[in-house]
Order: sequence, then structure tokens, then C-alpha cells
Amino acid sequence: MAWLVVRLAISMSLLYAASAVFEDQVGKFDWRQQFIGKVRFALFDTHSQASKKLLVATEQNVFASLNSRTGDLFWRHVDKTGPEGHIDALLMYGQDAVVVVGNGRLLRSWETTVGGLKWETVLDTGSFQAAALVGVQDLVKYAAVLKKSAISLHDLSSGSEIWVENLPDSDSVQYQTIYSGGNGLVFVLGVVPNSHIVIVEYKIEDGEIMNKKSVEAAWMSSLESSCAVVSSGILLCVDQITQSLYTLPLQSAEQTEMRQIHLQTLDLEVVSGFRPVLTSTQPNPAQPPLSEFFLQLSPDHHILLQFKDGLIAPLRDFNPSYLAAFATSGERTVAAVMSPKNDTACSINLFSADTGRRHLDTTIIYHMDPNGGKPNRLYVHAFLKKDDSVGYRVMVQTEDLTLTFLQQPGRVVWMREEALADVVTMEMVDLPFTGTQAELEGEFGKKAAIQDGLLPMVLKRLSSQFILLQAWLAHLWKLFYDARKPRSSVKNEVTIDILSRDEFNLQKMMLMVTASGKLFGIDSKSGTILWKQYLENIQPNSVFKLIVQRTTAHFPHPPQCTLLIKNKDTGLGSLYVFNPIFGKKSQISVPALPRPVLQTLLLPVIDQDYAKVLLLIDDQYKVTAFPSTKNVLQQLQDTASSIFFYLVDSSQGKLSGFRLRKDLSTELIWEVVIPTEVQKIVAVKGKRANEHVHSQGRVMGDRSVLYKYLNPNLLAVITESTDAHPERSFVGIILIDGVTGRIVHEAVQRKARGPVHFVHSENWVVYVYWNSKFRRNEFSVLELFEGAELYNTTVFSSLDRPHPPQVLQQSYIFPAPINTLEATLTEKGITSRHLLVGLPSGNILSLPKLFLDPRRPEVVSEQSREENLIPYAPEMPIREEWFINYNQTVSRIRGIYTAPSGLESTCLVVAYGLDIYQSRVFPSKQFDVLKDDYDYILISSVLFGLFFATMISKRLAEVKLLNRAWR
Amino acid sequence: MATMRVLSLILSVLSSVTLLWTQSGECNNGRRSGEAVDTDFSGFSVPLEHSFEVDDVPRFSLRGVLQFRGGREHGVYLAQNQLSEKDRNTLKDVAAVDGLYRIRVPRVSLQADRQTERQAEGYLTTFVRACSLVESHLSDVITLHTDVSGCVVGVSIVTIPGSCRGIEVEDEVDLEVFNTTISVVAPVTAPVPETAPYIERMEQEMEKKGKNPQEQKSFFAKYWYLILGGAVFLMATSSAQTPPGGAREQS
Repeated sequence: MAWLVVRLAISMSLLYAASAVFEDQVGKFDWRQQFIGKVRFALFDTHSQASKKLLVATEQNVFASLNSRTGDLFWRHVDKTGPEGHIDALLMYGQDAVVVVGNGRLLRSWETTVGGLKWETVLDTGSFQAAALVGVQDLVKYAAVLKKSAISLHDLSSGSEIWVENLPDSDSVQYQTIYSGGNGLVFVLGVVPNSHIVIVEYKIEDGEIMNKKSVEAAWMSSLESSCAVVSSGILLCVDQITQSLYTLPLQSAEQTEMRQIHLQTLDLEVVSGFRPVLTSTQPNPAQPPLSEFFLQLSPDHHILLQFKDGLIAPLRDFNPSYLAAFATSGERTVAAVMSPKNDTACSINLFSADTGRRHLDTTIIYHMDPNGGKPNRLYVHAFLKKDDSVGYRVMVQTEDLTLTFLQQPGRVVWMREEALADVVTMEMVDLPFTGTQAELEGEFGKKAAIQDGLLPMVLKRLSSQFILLQAWLAHLWKLFYDARKPRSSVKNEVTIDILSRDEFNLQKMMLMVTASGKLFGIDSKSGTILWKQYLENIQPNSVFKLIVQRTTAHFPHPPQCTLLIKNKDTGLGSLYVFNPIFGKKSQISVPALPRPVLQTLLLPVIDQDYAKVLLLIDDQYKVTAFPSTKNVLQQLQDTASSIFFYLVDSSQGKLSGFRLRKDLSTELIWEVVIPTEVQKIVAVKGKRANEHVHSQGRVMGDRSVLYKYLNPNLLAVITESTDAHPERSFVGIILIDGVTGRIVHEAVQRKARGPVHFVHSENWVVYVYWNSKFRRNEFSVLELFEGAELYNTTVFSSLDRPHPPQVLQQSYIFPAPINTLEATLTEKGITSRHLLVGLPSGNILSLPKLFLDPRRPEVVSEQSREENLIPYAPEMPIREEWFINYNQTVSRIRGIYTAPSGLESTCLVVAYGLDIYQSRVFPSKQFDVLKDDYDYILISSVLFGLFFATMISKRLAEVKLLNRAWR
Repeated sequence: MATMRVLSLILSVLSSVTLLWTQSGECNNGRRSGEAVDTDFSGFSVPLEHSFEVDDVPRFSLRGVLQFRGGREHGVYLAQNQLSEKDRNTLKDVAAVDGLYRIRVPRVSLQADRQTERQAEGYLTTFVRACSLVESHLSDVITLHTDVSGCVVGVSIVTIPGSCRGIEVEDEVDLEVFNTTISVVAPVTAPVPETAPYIERMEQEMEKKGKNPQEQKSFFAKYWYLILGGAVFLMATSSAQTPPGGAREQS
């Protein structure tokens, strides 16, 4: 008995300590989407007919296998970021894939069905040039890797090095390609630009140089882009200046110069300024390539040519055509060509490679997304049908990184939005009301009331009530209807038309801006992409800033978002204004920005259409207002003297404050200069504008109140020392008032260096740095208090707060590196705060702010216990149950976005990196919601039971009274 | 940091200093005058300038001289002039239109050994509302913030009290002499995780436990009454219904 009790007690205590997601809650309010990024190589598994594998290697250093029927990931390997994990080449033979990684640093072989690593070899140093499979006697046995000055041959089954040979004259000759036709020789081709080509023959068995020759080619600058090997070892090159093709048999000893064939003789011409491209195909590495090849003469002109007996003959001219690609199935090689059909669609057709004849009934219609980019890559998967004809599917990659997989006659099998692998910034916007709710809103709008009289208003009221009743009945009917269906089929897809705000505002619209310049509107509940918009002509180095100017709260005015796109080099910017719910571009005229934009400022001032005013400050400190109606300018003039803003020039270490003048010019009012010789400014952060602080102070153990220093204009400036020596390096933190330029606090964390991640909120700043002395990550928290008395209890003004705040600080060891840091946010700020820490492992740790409190006492006293302060411990705990995303890790987590919901207890969280994860967190548990397993039946039966019991007992009491009266 | 309060009295020495200042021209770059004043080897001085104009276009003029004492502790003195009749009127006018009272100091390093290394290009500026300066009867607090290497990175000025309530001020008495508190503030060293005291404390607790024989008792011997109480409580509650593990809780 005693044991049972103990066990019960222990399990009860565990129940209270556990705070993670329960198993039955998995996927209930969270979702994850995994991405791979921009595809660099894609290969279909043609090993067997039934194979569904599609191998992709991407610019994001991801190597993955996709299910070509559904587009889902079979497996995915995420390598290191940057050049270290860069995938240089992807070769495939049979069940294995050979990958060269990190500029020729590693050679790996993967088993493609489960994604297991078979072997890995470290290659000699040297920059990677090319890799190829080498076959002997119809068997692919080796992989050759060409470096800048060496060539090595590796066995495919074990990865062991067969031989490695230095290349002759590698300091003057640029070796660029490698070719093997299965005849026991490996050819290495190099070029001395504008002079000659060098061809070196190696024997496969021992790497002996069999032959070496150089051929005059004064016109050639690079082999890679303009040459290809066709037929039985014929090097074919194209040159746009001489408008000629050049051929050279690689193995012949007698021919010592390239034979020139004028394109004119073939009635062809390269468009001026376009670099022609040759595409050949070698279906089997153990056999020579086909004699057919594509020549691209202009961006939309391809021609299929054949090399036969030293002559080149055109097989078919594709004009116009966007893309062309070869594919092989079994013994048959086909060519797929994409040609424009009309303005919105392209047609893809299949042609037999050896004759150029079109295969009948092989057209795939590809509809181009009007909000998307142009197609730029075509991958073809050919297969043999039962009747021995060739069937095919294609994967199209567009400029906006959409992967579309199509099959005949144009059915989209799946689609992946790989732009989402690189989200730059995001916002969450409330959804609009439903039509009926909007109707009610409209009825009580001010304008309507003035226009109509009493009677029409009554009628309107009645009609809207009737509409509401109708909607409610429809809703009930739907509930009843859905309840009968099995649960899985109820999950209907979300469309833009039925989007409406839910009871607790838990469903929102996620606006995501990606580095490629594509905008997405995503439903936060399901992760469905509701709209997308590709912005063309975005420079790759652009920076984006997304501003919500008008929320959905101002019916009938549509919500409005503004995206500021700024070129990082020139600083020139442009504005893109759109409706965040439907993704449509707004018709509002946008101010031209002829000068670089330094700073933006969203004012609480609103114009007559309820849009917040955005101020843009250019490099001459002139201010442009958007929208700039008369009303706005008038308001700006009235409030100009209280509009301040700051600028940061990290290259000069200068922070400066400005004040707006009535004529929209500005004046410099303060300046702080941090010498760049000692330290550089790495980050400046203010507080979030939508943050609410519920409590002005903290109640202490002795019942007095410690008031928080809640300065909304406070800026946290983080600096790093220029001296990188571990003993002398430091991280500086400076708290500056953004209005007066007053340095409120200045601290130096010695023997520390970045990267520094920090959160600035309420009256605290939390930052993470690397302690270079102890080699560990450390958290530090700064809290600012005004003291036991508030200087001015009603309002905060930076201009009138003479006493500096008390600053408390404490540091802790954090036993893990971190990627990003964010704090939870709730609607009223009553719920306690948590810090969301994105770890490199992909987990998101929800760390209670309680642990980061500089008032944690060294020695526990009665008062600190009263205050619920945890005794100080130098190490911050990491508990597994604090991971909000259990096993749904987010690869390369880059940012976390938090947004309040309509429920005070609930905060919406979106983590983005290579993957996107959305969830909800409840920092103080769900104090305002009944639990999922709340027993409605029990409580209602108890209620009814009590009700009836009272009725019966009342009746009984009456009878008893009556009987007593009769006595 | 030792803060030194210097009332601006018109001492003969200081007046001669200010004379030098005014002689060295209107646009005072500080360096020349600094050399002129810098007789003491360990200390040096820079000008503190102010500007208050009705049209709000800054035109800085000399307010006083900041004298730094060399050495580890940055002592600083401020010797400053009285406001002239004209200045007083201007200040009141500026206060009436809610203008700004600005001050600036040149960028200096307090620790560089040679005079030439001390100064860098440019100034550090800040402001306070002119009305609050008037209403506080020219009592202000000026703080110079330095970085780790001793360079002045920022200057701040506040008046006590800092509010503008529109109180009338008698200029003759109250607006003549600045009542300034000046200090130099260097960055504080942020704390590091305190492992040593924590371990010490833990060890002490362990020792205490080891000495106290009562603590050696077994778990049941110590807490039998709690367990019994818990058991009774549990039996009372769990007989109704123990909630299944589907509670929707998350931290």
C-alpha cells in the first residue's frame, strides 16, 4: 500500500513538472514544412521503371531525395552552410549517388533508397574543376575527379583511390573538363585562354600518360561553357565571334588543328551578345556520347544537330523554344523541348533524338503562373510504356524557385515553393471578418448613420439580424453534416474565400518575404499557401522591410502592407504596396525614392483612411511621408516637434538623433560617436511597437514595489571589439535614449566576443555572447528599475526623466550554442514571458524569463522566497520538455517570429530557416481555456442531477410541511 | 567615480582663462586653447559650448571649460561663466517658444598620453528643453560617458527637476549662475557567471548535511507524515476521477 502511494505521489509530481506537448496534441496546432532550396542538380532514378526517386542537390547545400509522385521528401541531408558544404557535382549510377562536396574536399557515395552514406573519401587539396563517371567494358567502375592541378580515380564500390596524377603544366593550363568514352582512356581537357587547347590521355589502369597534345585555338577563352564531346570522342566547340563550330577528334594523332565549320553553311546565326550553348548527352558513361546535340543560338532558339562522318547536319529547328533537354530510357534517348504556346502557357513536346521526329500525343501544356517567374530549368524523366513507346514527365524550375512536376497532358502532379527555404522577414496579419460580420460593421459605420434616417436604419438592422440568423443556421447545419463524416475527410482545404477570423484570433495570415523576391501569404493554421507574388527585377543583394500600415480592423478599408525593397550597395529603394489578405498590388500611388533611404519610421499618426503614416528618411536627411495627403501633412506639422528619429552609421561608429521640422526637413539634435578603432556597432534594437506591459512594477518580499524603467524610446546598442585577442576582446552594451541621446547605461562584457544575439523588451535586455576565456556561451540579463518611486506616474517622457535608472545585471552559462533568440508576446502582457531560443540542432527552447532574472539571490531569504525568486545557479538548465517543437526540428533556424493571439495565454510562434515551423506556446499554461479533455458530460449531468434533486427535495419538503401542518 | 561639484564663481584665474578663450576666436576648435591652458602635465581641458537660439539654428558659444585631471580616476572640473544679460533674455525667449538648449564637447580621449592623440574630429552634442533649464534655475547634471579606452563617446544633460510647468522665473537671481553637477562615467564591467561562490555554497551545504545526524535519516523516516497526508488526500480525490494524460499544457 505504501509503495503504491509513493508511486502515485511521484507520478503526480511528475505530472505537474511536465510541460511539453502531449502525444495526442502532436500536429494539432503546429505544422512544419521542409524545403531544399534552389535546385542545382536533379537526377531521376532510371534504374528501374517503378522508381519514384528524384535526387536533388541544391544551392543551399542540401542533398535530398524526393518522391516524384507526391513531391514529398524521402530523405534529406543538410550539409554545412557556405563553401564548405557546397555540392560541386552529383553523379548517379545504379542505386548509388556520388557527390563531390566543399570545392572538391570530400567524395561521398550515398545509397539512394534510404539515404545512407556508403563511403566517404577525403580528397587532396585543390580547387574542384570537374567530375565524371568512368566505365570500362560497359561497366561503370570508377569516378574521376579533376582538380586544378591533379586528377584522381576512385573505385565506386569502396571509394578507395586507384591513382592520383599531377597534371602537366598546371600553372599555365586551366584544366576544365574530363571525358571518358569507355575505351580504357580518360581525357583531360585544358585550355590556355586565347592560345591553345591541351588534351592529356590517361590510362585507366595505372594513370600513365598515354598521349599529350596541344591544339591551336586562339579564339577560345573557356572550355566549359562552349564545348561538348559528341559521337565517338569528337570535341565540338562553338564560338560566337567567328560564328563557327569547331571539331576535333580527341584520339586522332594526325589532326593537329580544329576543323572550322561556319554556322552560315548551316544557315544558322548566333544572336549578337548571346553566348551559344552546346548540350550533348552521354546516356551510359561506359559508352561514347550520342552524335546528336543541341545548340542554343538565342534565349529562345534551339536547334538539334547531328554529327555524322565529320559533317554536321541539322535535324530539327526549334524556333521559338525556351528550354531543351535530353532524357534516356533504356536504349532510347529523347529530347524534350519547351516552346511558347500563348502568353500564359507553354507546350512541351517530345522528339526522338536520333531523327528529330516528333512523338505523337506527347504534348504537355505548362501553364505559367501570372504572379510567378519564367521557367529556367527543365528536367525530364523518360520511361518506356507497356506498348514500348516512350512516355515522360517533366519537372520545371522557374525563376521564382517553384518546382512544378507535370505529366501528360499537363496535369500538375505536385508543386514545391522552394523560395520559402530562404525567408528574410515576415509579419502576421489578422484575418478579416466574415461577410456577415462585415455587414454589421458597415451598418454601424458613421457614414451610414448620417446618410440614412431612422426607419431605414431599423430595416437595415432587421435585415442584418436576419442574415446573421441565416449564417448561424448554415453553420449549425455544417457542423451537423461534418459530424457524421469520418474525421479525416473533414479537413477541407482552406481557400481564400472562406478565410475569416476565428473566435480567438488564433488563425492569422503569415506574410513571408523571401530572398528571391517572392512574397507569400500563408494560412497560419494549416500552412496552406493562399497567395504568392513574384516581384521581378529584385537584385540578389536586396534588403527588405515589411511594414503593416493598416490592419484589418478598419472595414471597409482593405488592410495595407508596404514592402520597402532596398539595394544594399546603392541604398536606393522602392516601395511595393499590397493587400496582405489577397496579395493584390494596391493602386495607391507610391512616392518615388530618388535618393538612398537611411531609415524608416512608422508613426502612430493615421490619415483619414486609417493608414499609419510611414516616414522615409533619405541620405540628405529629407523626409518623405507615405501616404502624403493634405490631412497627413497637416498632422505632421502639428506634431513635428515631438517626432524624433535616430540614424546609425556603423562604419563611422556614429549614432545621431534628429527632430522633424514643420517643413519636413530635419535637424540634428544629438550625436554619440563610438570610436571605430576600438569597437564597432554590430546591432541596434528598439522595442517592439505592439508590445504591452501589464504591470508597472514588481512587488517585493517586503510588500514594497520596485517600479520598472519602461522607456519606449530606449535603444540597445551592441558593440564588438576590433581586437580579436581572446584576453582583450569584449562585447559592449550601451543603452541609449533614442530621443535625447542620453546614455542610460554602458556595460562591457570582457573576454567575450560575438555573434551576439539579443532581445530587448519591457525593462530588460537579454543577450548571448561567446566567452572566449572559458569557451562557452553565456546569457546575460540587464533589468532597469526606477526604484521604489515613480518619477511621473501618468506618462513617460524621455525629455523629463532626470534620474538614471537602477541597473541590475546577472550572467549565466548556457550549455549550448544558439542560432536565434526571441521573446514571446501576448496581447495584454499579463502572461509571463518566455524566451524562445533557436538551437543549431533545430530545436526551439522555450526558456522561462524567470530563470533570467538579475534579482535571483545568492542566498535564499524569507523575502526572496516570498517573491518566488529562484536561487542563483550559474548554469542555465536545458530541459527536453521545454522544446516546443519536440522532434519537428527546424534546420538552419534563422529567425523566430512571435505574434499575440486573441487569447491572453497564447502566443503564436513561427520559426523559419531552411524549414518553416508554426506553433502556439502557452507561457503561463492555458489559464483562460478549458482543457481539451474537459468533461462536459460529467459537469452537465451533475448540474441536471442537482437541479432535479432540488426539485424533488422541494416537493418532498412541501409534503412534509403539509403533513406537519395537519398534525 | 568622484564627482566634483564646481560652482562657477568668477575667480580671477578662471576669468583669465575665459579671456583666453574668447580671444582665440569665435569658432573654438578647442585644440589651441587646450594647449594654452594645459600647463599642468597630468591634466588638460576642453571647452564646453552651448547654443540657444530662437530660430533654432545652432550657433555655439563658450559656456565653460572642462578640466580633466589625469590618472586613473577621471576627475573633472567645470569652470563656467555667468550668463550675460543678453543671454538670459535669449534663454527666456527660447524657453517661451519651447526651443532647445544644446551643448557640445569635442571628442577627446582621457587616457591618451600625448596632446595630439587626445582629440578626434567632431563633436558630441546633446540637448535639453530650454524651458526646463529655466524652470530648474539653471541646475543641470552633465555626464560624460567614455568607452573602455577612455574616449568620450557621449554627453548627456538633464535638469533637475526636468519638467516644464510654465513657472515664472525671476531672471536676476535665478538665471545668472549655473548650478552644475558634472561627472565622467566609464562603462561598468558586466558580471560573469559566478561559479566559485556557488560551488562554495554547495560544499558548505553538503558539509552541513554531513554533520547533522538528523539529516541522515531515511526518506520515509523523515517524511512519513507528509506521505500519509498525501495518501489520504489522494485517496479522497482520486476516488472521484484521475485525469488522463491528455491535459493540454505546455510551457
